[in-house]
Amino acid sequence: MSTAAVTAPVRQSISIGSSLRRNRRWALITSYIFLVIFAVFFLIPPYYMVVTALKSDAEVARMATNPWIIADGVTLDQFKILLTQTDFLVFFKNTIIVTVCVVAITMVVSVLAAFSLGRMKFWGSSILATGIFLTYLVPDTLLFIPLFQIVKSVGLLNSYWGMVLVYPTLTVPFCTWIMIGYFQSIPKELDEAALIDGAGHMQMLTKIFIPVALPGIIAAMIFAFTVSWAAFVYPMAFLYSADQQVLTVGTVTSLIRGDVYKWGMLMAGALVAAAPPLVIYAFLMDYYIAGLTSGATKG
Amino acid sequence: MAEVALRNVVKRFDNVEVVRNINLDIPNNEFVVLVGPSGCGKSTTLRMIAGLEEITSGGIYIGGEIVNDRPPKDRDIAMVFQNYALYPHMSVFENMSFGLKLRKFPKEEIRKRVDHAARILDITELLDRKPKALSGGQRQRVAMGRAIVRNPKVFLFDEPLSNLDAKLRVQMRTEIKRVHQMVKTTTVYVTHDQVEAMTLADRVVVMNNGIIEQIASPQELYHHPRTKFVAGFIGSPAMNFLRCRVEQNGVGMRVRLSDAVSLPVPQTKSGACKSAIGKELIFGLRPEHITEPRRDGQQGQFAAKLDVVEPMGMETMVYFTIDGQEVCGRVDPGSATGPGEPMSLCANMEHMHLIDPQSGAVL
Repeated sequence: MSTAAVTAPVRQSISIGSSLRRNRRWALITSYIFLVIFAVFFLIPPYYMVVTALKSDAEVARMATNPWIIADGVTLDQFKILLTQTDFLVFFKNTIIVTVCVVAITMVVSVLAAFSLGRMKFWGSSILATGIFLTYLVPDTLLFIPLFQIVKSVGLLNSYWGMVLVYPTLTVPFCTWIMIGYFQSIPKELDEAALIDGAGHMQMLTKIFIPVALPGIIAAMIFAFTVSWAAFVYPMAFLYSADQQVLTVGTVTSLIRGDVYKWGMLMAGALVAAAPPLVIYAFLMDYYIAGLTSGATKG
Repeated sequence: MAEVALRNVVKRFDNVEVVRNINLDIPNNEFVVLVGPSGCGKSTTLRMIAGLEEITSGGIYIGGEIVNDRPPKDRDIAMVFQNYALYPHMSVFENMSFGLKLRKFPKEEIRKRVDHAARILDITELLDRKPKALSGGQRQRVAMGRAIVRNPKVFLFDEPLSNLDAKLRVQMRTEIKRVHQMVKTTTVYVTHDQVEAMTLADRVVVMNNGIIEQIASPQELYHHPRTKFVAGFIGSPAMNFLRCRVEQNGVGMRVRLSDAVSLPVPQTKSGACKSAIGKELIFGLRPEHITEPRRDGQQGQFAAKLDVVEPMGMETMVYFTIDGQEVCGRVDPGSATGPGEPMSLCANMEHMHLIDPQSGAVL
């Protein structure tokens, strides 16, 4: 009788254990199925882009061949023509200048704004913080008409410096919001310790807050970079000569003439344009994830 | 090296007065502990001394100078926080030297001071590590080191041991006492743990509801509490409080606790009790003064039926009721009977306190 009493709970725990394992197996199988579907779904366009960029114009135009494979052999002609016979390199240079300036302006403004809004409690600071986030909710498709007036009045129409002026309206609110959350997750005692140690507010920011909040700052930087690199509406509305154009709009306007689409070069251009964000993401992905999820775990 | 003085200090958050007109003088090199339940205003008081909280009215003096409007860095104080507040991206050395660097001390002087503090705290081999590679006790040592290197006028501790486990807490308590003996500096220490307060302090300041209930040495506080709050807060298990009436009984006086139990007032206490005759009061006696009778004919004996018996090894706690009120006694393990059984007990009335139920003052 005593053996029965001992073995019964053991058997029960085995069955619980195996059902847990079965549960886990099913969860894994389901997640793999969805992951594969998602991966295929999202990787088809880039694959198509690479394949098309490596074909000759003749093969792209030929209706008879299978568009998913390269039948006539790999060629780099599209890239050669793109880089030598179009304004692509001008667009590329303009985009880099605009992006570097926008990221720098955004970081200076949003780190200072987030520090003062998140840490230095003053009258109206929480309302201001919410207000900043609300401005992010207004889409750029609504803003470009009033902004057109402003850009025109400061004489920056059809100049990429105009983009340096208007992109921060997209990046600063969100980056400030990320940074406020990040700064608030840093324990209050840390600034108090710094105050007692003799630091002023600026030293507190540069010596304590920026190093401690580096993952958040990098996340905000990547965001600003992505927005600035991929912006389309503002350059479309404000820039119209090729020497001032940026990658996104420049590629499209110079390689689509009426109803003639230079598919090979368009794809090659998209590929080259996508490379810098890809490289940056690959190197800073861990920081990006740490920055975006920090609030969730640190409270 | 400085004395600290608080004069009529008041702190109000919106309309809530958390510190109400407190006065406190801390002489040079004294170790003072502010103790009280949470929300009593002890941390706020400490933060006001540090300059992290503005004071609503009154004056705070450090070294004879008023510091009300001075920022924390100009008060020459150092503070140790409950959660250590170490800078996570700096090594132990950088953490300890940060304050000196900001004050532009020469490199050799910084090195010398950090090495000295590290030796005192036995953390010399940790100087290159980051805080996340340290245990809780080590982090607390580093936090203390950061305070020591500055060689400030006043040390402030804000519940520094609350985040440590029980064993480490006892160790660090001794460590803090040792460091204070080596680095003689005026120290204000906040805790809610009365054992910490008793063991560390030269003088203890008991706070409750934003006021100071009593300022006294640990022994004085224990044996001569001035209010019911202090009597109940200091000591573990807490003092027993029972409704009573003082009666004149021939030549002597007795404290009547119930119809069945009345205890004789000893000669030494009779003077103080005279004015209390006939009044409804609260009788206070610590558990260790309710024991088994230790000699025949000892005064203050009574019988009780035990409800709960808790053997602690060296002694046994017994719980029983008098007139429906729970009482705790500490008896010799050999003499304790079992729960539900009667036991003969004896109250050592030399240590009794009589408390006015209205004002809470000990008579």
